Amino acid sequence: MSDETYFEHTGSVDMSERATNIDKSTIEVLQSLADRYPLKRSALMPMLHYVQSVDGRVSPRGIEVIAQILEITPAQVSGVATFYTMYKRRPAGTHHIGVCTTALCAVMGGDILLETVEKELGIAPEQTTADGLFSLERIECNAACDFAPVMMVNWEFMDNMTPDKAKQLLDDLADERDVYSTRGPKLTGWRDTEMALAGIDDGLADEGPSAGPASLRGVEIAAEKGWSGVPKGTPGLAALPKPSPAGSAEPSEPEKASKPGAAKGKKGKK
Amino acid sequence: MTDTLTPVLTRNWGQPRSWVLDEYRAQGGYEGLKKALTMTPTEVMNEVKDANLRGRGGAGFPTGMKWSFVPQDNPNPKYLVVNGDESEPGTCKDIPLLMASPHTLVEGVIISSYAINAHTAFIYIRGEVVHPIRRVRKAVQEAYDAGLLGKDILGSGYDLDVIVHSGAGAYICGEETALLNSLEGLRGQPRLRPPFPAVAGLYASPTVVNNVESISTVPSILAYGKDWFTSMGTEKSKGFTIYSLSGHVAHPGQYEAPMGITMRELIDLAGGIREGHQLKFFTPGGSSTPILTPDALDTVMDFEGLAAAGTMLGTKAMQIFDETTSIVRTTRRWVEFYKHESCGKCTPCREGTWWLAQLLARFEEGTAHEGDVDKLLSVCDDITGKSFCTLAEGAVACVTSAVRNFREEFEVGYHTPAWEYLPYAKSALFPVAQDDLEVRA
Amino acid sequence: MSEPISMAEMITLTIDGAQVSVPKGTLAIRAAEAAGVAIPRFCDHPLLDPAGACRQCLVEIPDAGNGRGFPKPQPSCTTEAANGMVIKTQATSQMAKDAQEQILELLLLNHPLDCPICDKGGECPLQNQALADGRANTRFDGVKRTYPKPIPLSDLILLDRERCVLCARCTRFSDQISGDPMINLVERGAKSQIGIYPDEPYDSYFSGNVTQICPVGALTSADYRFSARPFDLTSTVTTCENCASGCQIRVDARRGVVRRRLAGENAEVNEEWSCDRGRFGFVSGHQKDRLTRPMVRKSGELVPVSWPEAIEAAVTGLKRARLDVGVLTGGRLTVETNYAYSRFARAVLHTNSIDFRSRSQSAEEAQFLAQHVAGRAGQDCVTYADLEKASKVVLVSFEPEDESPMVFLRLRKANRKKGLKIVTIAAYASRGAAKMGAELIPARPSDVPQAIRDLDIDKDAIILAGVPLTQIPGSFTALADKVAESGARLAWVPRRAGEIGALEAGCLPTLLPSGHLVSDDASRDEMSEVWGSRLPSTPGLSALELLQAASEGNIKALVTAGIEARDFLDPDAALAGFEKAFVVSLENRMSDVAALANVVLPVDLLETTEGTFLNWEHRVCPVDEAVPNPRAAMTDIRVLAALAEGLGKDLGFRTAAAARIELASLPTWTGPREPMTPVAALEPGRSIQLVTWRELLDDSRCLDGADALLATAREVVARISPQTLRDEGLATSTYVRLTGTKGSVVYPIRVEPTMVDGAIWVPFNPHSWRLNQTGLGVGANVILAAAPAPTKEGE
Repeated sequence: MSDETYFEHTGSVDMSERATNIDKSTIEVLQSLADRYPLKRSALMPMLHYVQSVDGRVSPRGIEVIAQILEITPAQVSGVATFYTMYKRRPAGTHHIGVCTTALCAVMGGDILLETVEKELGIAPEQTTADGLFSLERIECNAACDFAPVMMVNWEFMDNMTPDKAKQLLDDLADERDVYSTRGPKLTGWRDTEMALAGIDDGLADEGPSAGPASLRGVEIAAEKGWSGVPKGTPGLAALPKPSPAGSAEPSEPEKASKPGAAKGKKGKK
Repeated sequence: MTDTLTPVLTRNWGQPRSWVLDEYRAQGGYEGLKKALTMTPTEVMNEVKDANLRGRGGAGFPTGMKWSFVPQDNPNPKYLVVNGDESEPGTCKDIPLLMASPHTLVEGVIISSYAINAHTAFIYIRGEVVHPIRRVRKAVQEAYDAGLLGKDILGSGYDLDVIVHSGAGAYICGEETALLNSLEGLRGQPRLRPPFPAVAGLYASPTVVNNVESISTVPSILAYGKDWFTSMGTEKSKGFTIYSLSGHVAHPGQYEAPMGITMRELIDLAGGIREGHQLKFFTPGGSSTPILTPDALDTVMDFEGLAAAGTMLGTKAMQIFDETTSIVRTTRRWVEFYKHESCGKCTPCREGTWWLAQLLARFEEGTAHEGDVDKLLSVCDDITGKSFCTLAEGAVACVTSAVRNFREEFEVGYHTPAWEYLPYAKSALFPVAQDDLEVRA
Repeated sequence: MSEPISMAEMITLTIDGAQVSVPKGTLAIRAAEAAGVAIPRFCDHPLLDPAGACRQCLVEIPDAGNGRGFPKPQPSCTTEAANGMVIKTQATSQMAKDAQEQILELLLLNHPLDCPICDKGGECPLQNQALADGRANTRFDGVKRTYPKPIPLSDLILLDRERCVLCARCTRFSDQISGDPMINLVERGAKSQIGIYPDEPYDSYFSGNVTQICPVGALTSADYRFSARPFDLTSTVTTCENCASGCQIRVDARRGVVRRRLAGENAEVNEEWSCDRGRFGFVSGHQKDRLTRPMVRKSGELVPVSWPEAIEAAVTGLKRARLDVGVLTGGRLTVETNYAYSRFARAVLHTNSIDFRSRSQSAEEAQFLAQHVAGRAGQDCVTYADLEKASKVVLVSFEPEDESPMVFLRLRKANRKKGLKIVTIAAYASRGAAKMGAELIPARPSDVPQAIRDLDIDKDAIILAGVPLTQIPGSFTALADKVAESGARLAWVPRRAGEIGALEAGCLPTLLPSGHLVSDDASRDEMSEVWGSRLPSTPGLSALELLQAASEGNIKALVTAGIEARDFLDPDAALAGFEKAFVVSLENRMSDVAALANVVLPVDLLETTEGTFLNWEHRVCPVDEAVPNPRAAMTDIRVLAALAEGLGKDLGFRTAAAARIELASLPTWTGPREPMTPVAALEPGRSIQLVTWRELLDDSRCLDGADALLATAREVVARISPQTLRDEGLATSTYVRLTGTKGSVVYPIRVEPTMVDGAIWVPFNPHSWRLNQTGLGVGANVILAAAPAPTKEGE
């Protein structure tokens, strides 16, 4: 949500910074992505994800290289890069913090979470801390409403958040302590996520639980009541165990000694 | 007699490593595929047609009928595209399915592709959920390794390739033609229809676009039969589906039940409204479906029942709000969502959501002008029925249904900020220390 | 000849109560036009694929033809008309009227109120409609979306994003019509806007069209901005003189000064498009070197004199030369003017030495033109429409995007819409070729004749031959043979607007008007009778022969019209001829030839004259006077008539209209044509061959002053294949030096994967002068060497 009505810097990516890490091997990977599809232009979005993993944003060089490989104009690449919100025009932080403030999450506490994170990091949404550690984004509904209010770190779920949990999370990330997604792997960084989104296997599929507690609520009740959807005798029915509440093997232990006050000032401030 | 809850798609979600092929097979996975491969594609299509499976992505179009629109004499390749762009506010059923049991989808993809004679299928998943994407990619790889994908699947002579594609943040890509544009590397803007995707979709070739849940339901229909499927549900809405409850209920979550369960039953299963509070309003199927109030609690939750109640089943995503919630705040936030997600192609949506958002801001801030409620409705009238796709209709629906049910609360916006009328802190699920917050708490 | 026309299936529907029949597949909005009902629209454009974006054209459809109606208003620009359909537009339907009013309100929501300073004000569809149908007051009291005021999309095109209604006409044009998607929609939702990639401006040859089809003042051109109000302009429909496409254009003048040119509407030729050269290249005659007074050389200096004195001086010089005279006409004269020169040469000066080819030329070309191009007068000529229907179109040393942009657009359209097969015999697959989906038959210049002979074509194919063939010996011979063998049709597409007209008017040494032959007594007699003067039977000299003879003192006087020495393959040799002879130069601007002339006679600009061009199809394209003649200049025809009078002869007419009537009355020569003398192709040899052609935006003098236009010209590079680059030891070089027989020129290297080995391509611009001076033309053997970066631009 934005009250912005004067759009001075819209229309393209940040062209003032030309630094790039794109090299021959990057181009080879980009080419291999293009080769996965019946028509190579279909690879445009994965390629942009990959460029972000390499350059930490959609860089001018990235746009040009993609345009060359796909034999389209840079304006066509840029038209796509500026349409989708996951593509960042300016260098993003090591960790991408998303706070859902679409209606339901906002009401359930998302607005307060956003305010908390803004204060903690000393930045507004769409900004990055001066030390480059965190980017903040006000995100729209992330399909985890039964875990509201929800935050996403590097597009991994951080379910059922509270202000205290949020502060702890930022502290832990700033201090490079291990933090686990409630329904996913250990948080490493936004660029790693972008790599996975591009379609490069990171070997993390087996991390985390099958499902979060809310996802299992109906199954649990059915198990308790002996209700079933599939015909009797279908394999696996009797084997349904009681799901573990947290699900994760290594939870981030949000309850653990959280000292929001003491943590202040450690993280990147402007 | 059907049970109140009927876990089929969700039934293995609690298994440890439920996403792994062996685990899925231990639950009877890929039996539907084996059966399908003994049938002709037409027989498979007819099985799904006869089961009267209706699309689970919102519109409720019969899945088998959609398949039958594919012109098999068209010389171009046929494509199946799975719509996993789950982004409608309140909707949260596909993502846990992809994470907990990706093989259910993969099996459904193979059977469905077989039915329409497709040899390439795409699974398009919104980009903001990386872990489910990992799981689906892994499942596809496992399927290839096990001979369930690739050449000569299970010795049947049938070939299929599956490509998993992640989006990059655009609600509009849930609209099937926008999704196809996105998959072609274009801006996710909807396409003109006709031609319909079944005739000229991806790469201008015959294409079926189905929701994740719809495709994931197919294996069970094949495994247990259409009669089993049609034994559940109501007259015109057959089978079971996943209902998602979120918001001010004691236990938000996923509840898989036969079509036709009532809202009251679902809320009861979810432990009722959170303690000490009462239901104020809810969406039956995502924010694009007009809201309902407690007097509609006994509405039958199927396509026909909700249509009769002046709303829609949509994605069966019930967002439940109690009496602490400001309807003005909620409505504005939904409209901000639509404004943010409008693709910008057509005038009514692009400009209309811009205007609605500004008007609603005044209501929330208590600075609305006398008569703004009527203006709000009039702007909705400017938009409705004129936009290129239905995104703008969603924005209009949430505004008009909110005003219809809570006009007085909007009129409070002529003089009082919403956060004063209904302090926002009371709606939050955690205690809020007032001095921690600067505004609107 | 004529194939049976398949009648499109007709359907009948009712629009606002009136029945109308249209071909099946017609969109509702156009069916309404057929019924005389204009439905307002912004994004709709008949030549662009439908978008359905603006929603302004909503109508009520109570019956879709199947008895059922639509509950909601429908966009008429995307709805196909159906048999029995009932459409109610804003004229008869409250639903449609309300819907259109509502959409208009939304469109104006974020539109700035800057009509008083907007170039479009007065001819703006949005403004017109707001006035006609809009609400008197806005109900929007919020904050408008604002952007910084105009941003450049190129040096030529500016974008005011606030005014944009996002109809996407411009992006659809650039993508679909011209194939230059360097502009694209960027951002999303309310922030959507037209954008470029900042490092790649919208340098399209066709960019000006977007300013014309923009339904608001969002896209404007740098050269017209703020220079006039639409209601102060007087408009004239005429024909563009910038190439042989024959585009209809509209010239808008304010107080006697041409301010802008727009594409005219001629469905058979340019549809509704123009190229930027045609649109913006019209100011060369407005420069300081415009000639306004006659001049005579006295004591070595050209000094202004009166008309009678100048005519007297010219007549004296011409008389003194007796029969040792020649006439050189340029390529941009109207048919009537060419005809006047032809008659002046033969019937007044009594010589056949007249040649319009003030450029590279060959006897083989002259024979080919006489045999295969001249004397057609519109009969049996290939047309634009024919191109779309051909089984295959073959381009031979012809780059339509550079040399005849409307041929390019038509071929691209046919390829895109109908899958027309296009092949091009060229040294590499140019950008234009790629955009037409053309298949490359790679050929060095010396390979072209054989490539022509090897073509796989049938009688339904069309060959389009380009001007550079004149420098490739044997190519016209091969073309003639191929046409005879295959039955395919052939058209020669010259670059200059006047060349076909010059040919038909008889501005070749061997050729009299309407295909009559100098060498054929009967043919010559036909013309002698019309002109009332016995015509010389002695063969005339070609332009090159004339200049050679002049430099040797054998030709004593030359009459020149609109020519430049630097257009000849050897400009120094040309200048030597002009220097030696008595030159009477009819010109509108000072030129390298006029500067050497003995008498300079200022003639009108095209914009102040009338006449006709024949485009490459031999189609008659009228030229009309766009502005009144402000000064004492005269037309070429009046000057020639005065000279004839001084020489004691009668030219026969004093106006273009009279010349046109006389020309139209001539019989077309139907007798035997001169057979071609076969010319052998060159042995390929092992040297690197030069390939070059003029790009559309070049250094020709008719683009002088169009600075913004020229700033969008393509980058000057030398294209070379990876293999040749290695073979020539240039793999690590950035620049290459091309050395010809008389000097060298340096270019930056661009590796071109499709380039044929053993050749190098450079644009003929902006170094045409230097290229010619270094002895480099098409097919010339050239020595390549690595070179350091040039120190000065263009060196």
